[in-house]
Amino acid sequence: MIREIKERCFLAAVFFSAALAVLPLIAVLGYVFVKGIGALDLNFFTQLPAPVGDPGGGMANAMVGTFILVGIACLVGLPVGIFGGIWLAQYGSGKRGFIIRYSADVLSSLPSIVIGIFAYVLIVATMKRFSAIAGGFALGIIMIPVVTRTTEEMVKMVPRTLYEAGLALGLPEWRVSLQIVFRTAWNGIFTGVILAVARIMGETAPLIFTAFNTMYWNLRIDQPMASMTVQIYNYAISPFSQWQAKAWAGSLTLVFIILMVTLVVRKYSKRVYYG
Amino acid sequence: MGQGDIWFKGFIFAFAASIPLLLVSLVVVLFFWAWPAIIHFGWSFIFSSAWDPLADNYGALPFIYGTLVSSLIALLIAVPLGLGCAIFISEIYKSKTGEYIALMVELLAAIPSVVYGLWGIFVLAPFSAAYIQPVLGGMFGFLPLFQGPTSGPSLLTGGIILAIMILPTITALSREVLQAVPYSLRESAMALGATRWETFKVAVFGPARSGIIGAIILGLGRALGETMAVTMVIGNRPRVSASLFAPAYSLAAVIANEFAEAVTELNLAVLIELALILLVITIAVNGLARYLVWQTTLKK
Repeated sequence: MIREIKERCFLAAVFFSAALAVLPLIAVLGYVFVKGIGALDLNFFTQLPAPVGDPGGGMANAMVGTFILVGIACLVGLPVGIFGGIWLAQYGSGKRGFIIRYSADVLSSLPSIVIGIFAYVLIVATMKRFSAIAGGFALGIIMIPVVTRTTEEMVKMVPRTLYEAGLALGLPEWRVSLQIVFRTAWNGIFTGVILAVARIMGETAPLIFTAFNTMYWNLRIDQPMASMTVQIYNYAISPFSQWQAKAWAGSLTLVFIILMVTLVVRKYSKRVYYG
Repeated sequence: MGQGDIWFKGFIFAFAASIPLLLVSLVVVLFFWAWPAIIHFGWSFIFSSAWDPLADNYGALPFIYGTLVSSLIALLIAVPLGLGCAIFISEIYKSKTGEYIALMVELLAAIPSVVYGLWGIFVLAPFSAAYIQPVLGGMFGFLPLFQGPTSGPSLLTGGIILAIMILPTITALSREVLQAVPYSLRESAMALGATRWETFKVAVFGPARSGIIGAIILGLGRALGETMAVTMVIGNRPRVSASLFAPAYSLAAVIANEFAEAVTELNLAVLIELALILLVITIAVNGLARYLVWQTTLKK
């Protein structure tokens, strides 16, 4: 009898906590959707931010800015992550490999705002102005551990026999590594890269004092650049309801992009690996 | 090994080696920039509550307090819920629906923190002031923690938003740890006539324990460094108050708010020293977590 009561209590507690855990998360998504869809219109995607009181206005410059920042981040993060990952997979079994793997782990656990400060003192303080380069650099560092780990895992998944077959044909090791092993692993690595991009698109903290923000068009990477996240933040803490509505619209757009990218990539990678 | 191979190996090693180099230079550079503040205030910086940029007098205590307490509140809420959710997915309801819940939880970890912050300002903070705080005050009002006027942006609200944000982390990691426990253990317990609760208690929780603790500490690590959402709902007032209903501040939040406007050199150095403190706390916490997770997953 007591056993049955305990069992019932256990099941009830587990069920209750699962429901309670999902509830606020659904609430967040629900609010973003409802509030955001009401504030979205075509202007939002094509116009510059409007001053308070003026109708219309959008986030076009911030959307372009986010893509430029992500592009700079890829230039910084992808070579280090991909080549580093290949090295770790092929030669990284010793002590040096352990140190590099451990550093990547520590790097991935650092608060992103600390990495923002690093980019600030290295680039903003040297150039004496906020710039897209500094913001992209910070985002690039954040990408490195994720890309390194995925690349290493994917390269390791390539069957050893393929590697040996390449060598047996008389190819030099580097050509086997790049043209056979890397190309075989590329689909998986690509998935990891896209997931890393989705993650840095949502970063705010390392951008507020590196890329800073601007209300105008700017395509020069040595100048302050707007991003969707920083723009959402500025609008969210503003006292004007017109701007707050834009924050909801921006959130909906950003969440939609990130969730779609994540979902599609997951589905695609499943097809590649599990038939 | 041919000439090309040596070049190639050296080339990719340079990229790999830049990762530890980057980490070391990050710590060294931050230390260098924080140095003026470190020698100016010494150890008393950590225990001082002063925050007066005009007089160039600073202390870190309110921020350390806010960071630690908001993260602790987050753990108190997120651990039981996340663990329950993980048990639900991996032990009780192992079906398509369970997998969908798991996928959803993982997707929610991808939502940007500024979006949680936006929701926090306009939904959670008013709800906290109107319902959560009065109820807690009514139930536990005899404790100083739950006394005083209610306020939307507050330490408690900051803790709650953190709890929501680390729930996916704790759930996903605990689920992985639970699934690493061999099925034969569960089956032996079931074969002896154990109920699901007894199976979990006897056969699953033991082997999974240190891994679950690791998952919890990784969640803690995430909470400690979380910036935007906390900045938007914690109230941003640099004071240590006994009440959880009062506005507070956190290390990451003060850096986010004041870094771009730091005027004096000392002000900048102080903010970088705060970042250094945050760095030390998160590295220590994550090191501990990884050690515990490794212990379980390597044993399987």
